[in-house]
Amino acid sequence: MKIIIVGDGKVGLALTRQLSHEGHDIVVIDNNPRALEQSAESFDVMVVNGNGASMATLHQAGVGSADLLIAATSADEINLLCCLTAQKMSHVHTIARIQNPEYTDQLVQMREELGLSMTINPELAVAREIFHLLQLPSFLKRDSFAKGKVEIVELKVMPGSPLCGIPLHQLPALARVKVLVCAVERKDDVFIPRGDFVLKEGDHIYVTAQASILATLVENLGIVTHKIRCVMLVGGGHIAQYLAAMLINIDVRVKIIEKNPGRCIQLAELFPDVSVVEADGSLQQVLLDEGLESIDAVVTLTGMDEENLVISMYANHAGVSKVVTKINRLEYTGVFSDMGIGSIVSPKELCTTDIVRYVRAMHNTAGSGVLTLHRIVNGKAEALEFLVHTSCRYRDTPLKNVRLRENVLISCITHNGRTIIPDGDSSFTAGDTIIVVTTSERPFNRLNDIFI
Amino acid sequence: MNIKLAGRLIGALLALEALFMLPSLGLALADRERPVIISFLVTMGLLLSLGVLLRVICRNNAPEPSYTREGMVTVALSWIVMSVLGCLPFRLSGAIPRFIDALFEMVSGFTTTGASILTDVEGLGRALLYWRSFSHWLGGMGMLVFILAVIPGSQQAGFNLNLMRAESPGPSVSKLTPRMGQTAKVLYLLYFLLTVLCVLFLLAGGMPLFDSLCTAFGTAGTGGFGIKNDSLASCSPYIQNVVTIFMALFGINFSVFYLLLLRKFSEVLADEELRLYIGVFGGATVLITVNILPLYGGRILESLRHAAFQVSSIMTTTGFCTADFDLWPSFSKSILLVLMILGACAGSTGGGLKMARLLLLIKELLRNIRRTLRPRSVQVVRVNSHATDENVIKNTNAYLAAYCVIIMVSFVLISLDGYPIETNFSAVLACFNNIGPGFGAVGPTANYSGFSDFSKAILTADMLLGRLEIFPILTLFSRYTWSRKR
Repeated sequence: MKIIIVGDGKVGLALTRQLSHEGHDIVVIDNNPRALEQSAESFDVMVVNGNGASMATLHQAGVGSADLLIAATSADEINLLCCLTAQKMSHVHTIARIQNPEYTDQLVQMREELGLSMTINPELAVAREIFHLLQLPSFLKRDSFAKGKVEIVELKVMPGSPLCGIPLHQLPALARVKVLVCAVERKDDVFIPRGDFVLKEGDHIYVTAQASILATLVENLGIVTHKIRCVMLVGGGHIAQYLAAMLINIDVRVKIIEKNPGRCIQLAELFPDVSVVEADGSLQQVLLDEGLESIDAVVTLTGMDEENLVISMYANHAGVSKVVTKINRLEYTGVFSDMGIGSIVSPKELCTTDIVRYVRAMHNTAGSGVLTLHRIVNGKAEALEFLVHTSCRYRDTPLKNVRLRENVLISCITHNGRTIIPDGDSSFTAGDTIIVVTTSERPFNRLNDIFI
Repeated sequence: MNIKLAGRLIGALLALEALFMLPSLGLALADRERPVIISFLVTMGLLLSLGVLLRVICRNNAPEPSYTREGMVTVALSWIVMSVLGCLPFRLSGAIPRFIDALFEMVSGFTTTGASILTDVEGLGRALLYWRSFSHWLGGMGMLVFILAVIPGSQQAGFNLNLMRAESPGPSVSKLTPRMGQTAKVLYLLYFLLTVLCVLFLLAGGMPLFDSLCTAFGTAGTGGFGIKNDSLASCSPYIQNVVTIFMALFGINFSVFYLLLLRKFSEVLADEELRLYIGVFGGATVLITVNILPLYGGRILESLRHAAFQVSSIMTTTGFCTADFDLWPSFSKSILLVLMILGACAGSTGGGLKMARLLLLIKELLRNIRRTLRPRSVQVVRVNSHATDENVIKNTNAYLAAYCVIIMVSFVLISLDGYPIETNFSAVLACFNNIGPGFGAVGPTANYSGFSDFSKAILTADMLLGRLEIFPILTLFSRYTWSRKR
């Protein structure tokens, strides 16, 4: 498929990397020649220097033969104009990045009126993810499937945890609920484990479970959790705004620390119940003055990865039980996990998964597309939810007889709205949805791709 | 230096070279030339076993990073290895008894120079003649580009771009399509179609199939190995005109043909490099026609035919001849000498400095003059109404400097043989710019067999330097290239 990506910033670059890796023909448009040169050197893509909203540039990028245009610059209005111009020039699907909270309420109308295929809002997605994490703070990451009924959650095996040293087939007995470990990260390696895999201290495990039993799971594993009642947000950008609105709704007290006086006044006007502090959140004294030690959770959302990291490390050190760090550059996450940063979220990563899912669905007009796609284990593995069609092989076959590719695991089957954590005797039938976890390099577009 | 990456690619290249020798083997079998059959069989066996060996030794165990230098070095090494092994049939069959001569002939073939050390071309036999001409066709577009076209996604993205940069001529590489593999495919497809067209036109002129093929290969690669001792002088005017036109076509940037296919005619017409190319071509033809008119008894069409053929042949760096231009007046010879330096368009199969560089150099010169007059004015160099990156201009200046230095050094070194200055200078220019015939002792009716082994080695190196545009070969001599540290 030919895809034009407008904007070679963080989001554009992440999209370029992922989509060109999946074998699509990519043309990148940006007005910064240096960024373009970088992209042309690193990926097998064509680059066009210019304004992506101008017809001449789009023409040069070959919009006439393109299947999809993704406008991912940091300016919403430019993105919209790009999509509109491209649509006028040819029958191309368009995806626009819209991130200004002021447009959130009109997204549906905008999408319909302007004929956009999809809008993405990395910052809203991040806010949602953080919100999920704060609701069940024991988990480092939560990804939901099957309309929210199933989740894959990340847990760290702490020293002294009952999980240490047990083989995985004993886990259901220990947890007293039906769960499945679908991936284990140990140091830099990722395993799709079998039943005899023995867990060690320091492992990060990814567990598939019904959403409704997550609280029980945590309790039975002996992980102490506090309900979060008071959250400090360091940095008052768009993410903080989205997040604060969600948190206030469930009666959590929110404190936002923001440097920019004008922005502080805006936030104070928007949220009468939030306490807004005009100060530099990277200063230790400020954090202490604002009562860091008595707070349940700290979320660092400043524009600088380095500041976020330092504040998070300090918060962790000060004994805050839940710390969430926003990081844009994910290259270094391997290092961070040793340093007690807690949960890490990344805006660009979140929105690329949505787009990748859309692209894979488009690629398969046959309709056997991917329903949900989440990148887990810092992007080293994928969890995909598929709808089982009548064309699917191995229907109604017990899983122990199904020949799967290497490093592929069926971790959940949803049958008539009922969630089944499968074992060797389970089977799936047409109309079910199944969740597949894989560390495979090749992109799976159709369910049949996972079988040998 | 990631030597394994280079090794794998060269392995594939050698196997491919063996494959491309098959038609020659077939011809040798048909003609029952025993020594030639044996020499091709031995060479092919050697190529295949070396190729497989390299693939096995350099298996991919871990993901390996590759940077600019890997691309450069791979291209340089592969051209050298390809030439050294490719010349074996000449040497083993005894057709060219000395190794340095065989190597000179082969490098001349792959670099599309067309300079020969053979005094009797016709005595070579069809198999070797075919291999000699076919090497032009392979070298014209580059074997590595061919590999990019046929082996999909085999290398990393950045590596592919660097390969293409190092192998295709011109100051900057422009992708025609988003994927490198596709771009390479498009290029080879255009190349193939134009070659077929050329063969058809030659056949229509009554040329035998074998001769048409060989002549078309020489034309397409802008190489210039003839299969007759007098090059194309004894051919009919129709054949000569066909070759004139096709040489000129193969000297044009291939992206122009791609734009034509996409029906973007206005962009083609506005292309400044193409305009300059046509302008220089036309101007030189008219001047030479008028200048040589007395030689042909005032027959304007005949002198026009010879002038156009020679301008086309020299400017596109092909090197076919229809007339002994060494006997022409010195004004015409001087024009031809200048054309030798200028060369064809970037992104074509031709050599030389390239029209695109000339364009940049002229514009840069004009800018500097304007700047001296108005020091505070800010000016950008524009080509095709796009501002040119300052880096491209810097690289072009650096290229010109390296070009001059290498030509000067080679010129002095081969003067040791004692030939007149005109011979030496034109020999260096004709080899470095991949043309073939020069003036004096290396003129259209003569050849390079009179030079000493030392001079032949220098000229062989010049041909490679000129074809790969200097820097890939130079990287081989950098200590940094071979150090383990980065």
